[in-house]
Amino acid sequence: MRFHPDAGQRAFAGSLHALLTAAGTPAVARDWARGDHARGRALWSRIAGAGVFGLAVAEEYGGAGPHPVDLAVAFVELGRHAVPGPLAETVGAAVLLAGSASARRFLPELAAGTELATVAAPGGWAVDGDAASVRLRPAAEGLYLSTAPPGPARRSLDPARRLTRLAPAGELLRAAAPYDRALLWTRLATAAQALGVGLALLDRTVDHVRRRTQFGVPVGSFQAVKHRLADAKTALEFARPLVFGAAVSLRPAEVAAAKLAAGEAAYTTARTALHLHGAIGYTAEYDLSLWLTKARALRSAWGTPEECRDLVLAQGL
Amino acid sequence: MDLSLSTVDEEFRAEARAWLAAHVPRTPLPSLETAEGFAAHRAWEAELAADRWSVVSWPERYGGRDAGLLRWLVFEEEYWAAGAPGRVGQNGISLLAPTLFAYGTEEQRARVLPPMATGEVVWAQAWSEPEAGSDLAALTSRAVRTDGGWLLAGQKTWSSRAAFADRAFGLFRSDPAAPEPHQGLTYLMFDLRAPGVTVRPIGRLDGRPAFAEVFLDGVFVPDEDVIGEPGQGWRIAMSTAGDERGITLRSPGRFLAAAARLRELWRAQGSPAHARARVADALVRARAYQLFAYAAVSRLLEGARLGPESSMNKVFWSELDLALHETALDLLGPEGELADGAWAEGYVFALAGPVYAGTNEIQRDIVAERLLGLPKGRR
Repeated sequence: MRFHPDAGQRAFAGSLHALLTAAGTPAVARDWARGDHARGRALWSRIAGAGVFGLAVAEEYGGAGPHPVDLAVAFVELGRHAVPGPLAETVGAAVLLAGSASARRFLPELAAGTELATVAAPGGWAVDGDAASVRLRPAAEGLYLSTAPPGPARRSLDPARRLTRLAPAGELLRAAAPYDRALLWTRLATAAQALGVGLALLDRTVDHVRRRTQFGVPVGSFQAVKHRLADAKTALEFARPLVFGAAVSLRPAEVAAAKLAAGEAAYTTARTALHLHGAIGYTAEYDLSLWLTKARALRSAWGTPEECRDLVLAQGL
Repeated sequence: MDLSLSTVDEEFRAEARAWLAAHVPRTPLPSLETAEGFAAHRAWEAELAADRWSVVSWPERYGGRDAGLLRWLVFEEEYWAAGAPGRVGQNGISLLAPTLFAYGTEEQRARVLPPMATGEVVWAQAWSEPEAGSDLAALTSRAVRTDGGWLLAGQKTWSSRAAFADRAFGLFRSDPAAPEPHQGLTYLMFDLRAPGVTVRPIGRLDGRPAFAEVFLDGVFVPDEDVIGEPGQGWRIAMSTAGDERGITLRSPGRFLAAAARLRELWRAQGSPAHARARVADALVRARAYQLFAYAAVSRLLEGARLGPESSMNKVFWSELDLALHETALDLLGPEGELADGAWAEGYVFALAGPVYAGTNEIQRDIVAERLLGLPKGRR
C-alpha cells in the first residue's frame, strides 16, 4: 500500500502545470468560447505530446496506457488551468473504440492529439461537436460515428463549452459499445478535472483576499472569510483521495463517489470564490469566470450528483 | 498509487477478524459513562490486552504488536466493523502515549504504558480550565516547586473520563513570570486519588458523568511524573493536541462501520427518499476519510510529519459523526427520541465533537492561516 503520488507523478503534474502556465490558457479558453479553435488545437497537441491522451490508449495504437491514475493526475492539471475542449470525451472515445476493428483507424490520432473526439451519452448533448472530428454516439444497437454535421451549437453556462446534438445513424463502428466502461473513464476524468477547477478557484480566491483591503485590513483577515475558505480547502482535500482511490480501483461506485465529491467541492468552492471576489467575480471579463462557469457545467456532466448517489447506495463503497 | 495490502497485512487483518469474531461481546456493554459500564469496559480492555490487541501499533515490550500505523488502521476497521465496544482507555492510548513516545523517559514509558495497555490504569485528560477553553495559553492552575517534585493547585474542568478514571495528565503554570502566556507551562501526570484531589462529576446532556471538575489543593507530584522539561509543556501539548485532532483519536474504521449501519437502517425503513442523499453522502464521506488516512499514513511512512492538516481532519470527522447520527435519528422517526436506542449514545457523544479538541472554529482558523497562508486577524 502506498497511496501517495510517486516522484514521477509529481513531476508529470509539475511539467503540465508549467506547460499550461506558459501557454496562457485563459486566453486560449476565450478564443475557444468564440468558436476560434486554432490556439486551442495547438495547445491540444502539446497536451497530447506530453502523453495525456495516450494514458487511455494502448501501446499498440500509439498510447502508453491504460494508466488511470496518471490520467487523473493530468486531468487535475487540465482543470486547474481551465483548458477548453472535449477532454474527458476524448478519453471516453478512446475507451469506446479500444478493441474494435476501428481502433487502428482512430486511436493513433486521438493519442497524438491530431483529432479531437466527442461523445454524446444516449439521449444527451455532445460537448464541442463543432470542434471535434470524431463524433461518437453509443446506442443500444452499437457505436455510431456521426458523419453528418452536428445540430446547431447551444451555449453552455460555461462559455468554453458548446453543446450540440449529434445527427442520428451514421457509420456503425462496432456492434456492442462498451459504454459502461467508457462512462467510467469519462466520469473519472471529469471528476479529476473538477477537482482541479476547485483547486484553482481556491488559489485565486486566497490570493485575492490577501491583497484586497477593506476597513483598513486585508479581507482575508476576517474570520468569516477565513472559515469559508477553510471549508472549501477541507472539501477539496477530502475529495482528492476519492478521485485517486477511484482511479486505482475503477469500480463504478468509487468513481461515482469521486465524481460526486469532487463536483460538489468544486461547485461550493466556486460559490465561495464568487462571493469573496465581490462584484468583480460576477464579471465575464475577469478570468475567474472561466473556472466559475466550468465548475457548474462539470457538476452535471457525466453523472449528476443524484445519479452518483444512486450508484453509491446500490453498490456500496 | 496502490491501495492493496501485502500478504502479511492481509494475514494480520484475517487474524484480527477471527479474534474479534470470537471475543466481541454479543450484547453491547453498558455505557462507559456509568460505574457499571466503566468496569465492564475495563474488563474488555484487559481481554483485548491478554491477546495483545489493545495497542497493536506499540512496541511489544509495552504490550503491543509493533504493527505500525497501517496495520493499526486495518485493525481499527475490523474492530468497528465487528461492533466492538468503545475504548475506555482511549484518552491515555491516543493522547498521553504518543506524548510519552516522543518526549517521555524510558523509565516513564516502562512504568506507565503497560498498565495503560491492559486497562489496569485508565487515564483522564485534564487540559481545560473554567476560563480557558480552546485557549490553553490562558491556563492558571499552578505547579509550585517543592522537595523532589511539585505541588499542584487550581481547578481543571471538562475532564473526560475523570469520574471513574485512575490518573490524569495536563498542563500547569510553573513560571508565572514567563514573558509569554504560553511559556512557563509544565506537562504533568497525577493521581486522581492523591491527597488534595477532589473530583466532582458533571453530567453531560444525557445526565451521565462523561466528564468532571477536578479541584487540586497542594497535590504532590514527584519529579518523575513531569513529561519533558519543565516550562516546555506548551510545545509538548501542541504535539499531543495534533494527535487528538488527527487520525489517532478518530480512526476511519469507526465511521465506515457507522455509515454501513446507517445504510442498513435506511433500507430497513424502506429506503425513504427524504434521507437518500444524506445516507449516500455519509457513505462517501466515510470513504473519503478512510482514503485521506491512507494517504496520510503513506506520507508518514515516507518520513513526512503531519502538521496543520490534522485540523482539516478534525473538522471533517466531527461534522461527519454528527451528520451520521442525526440522519439515523431522523430515519427512526418518533423512535429516534428514545434515549436508550443504539444510536442515541453515539448521537450524544457526537454532539460534543465540534466543541472539544479545539473548537471547529479554532481549527478553521488554523487551516486558513497555516495551510492557506491567510493573515492573522481579530477572532
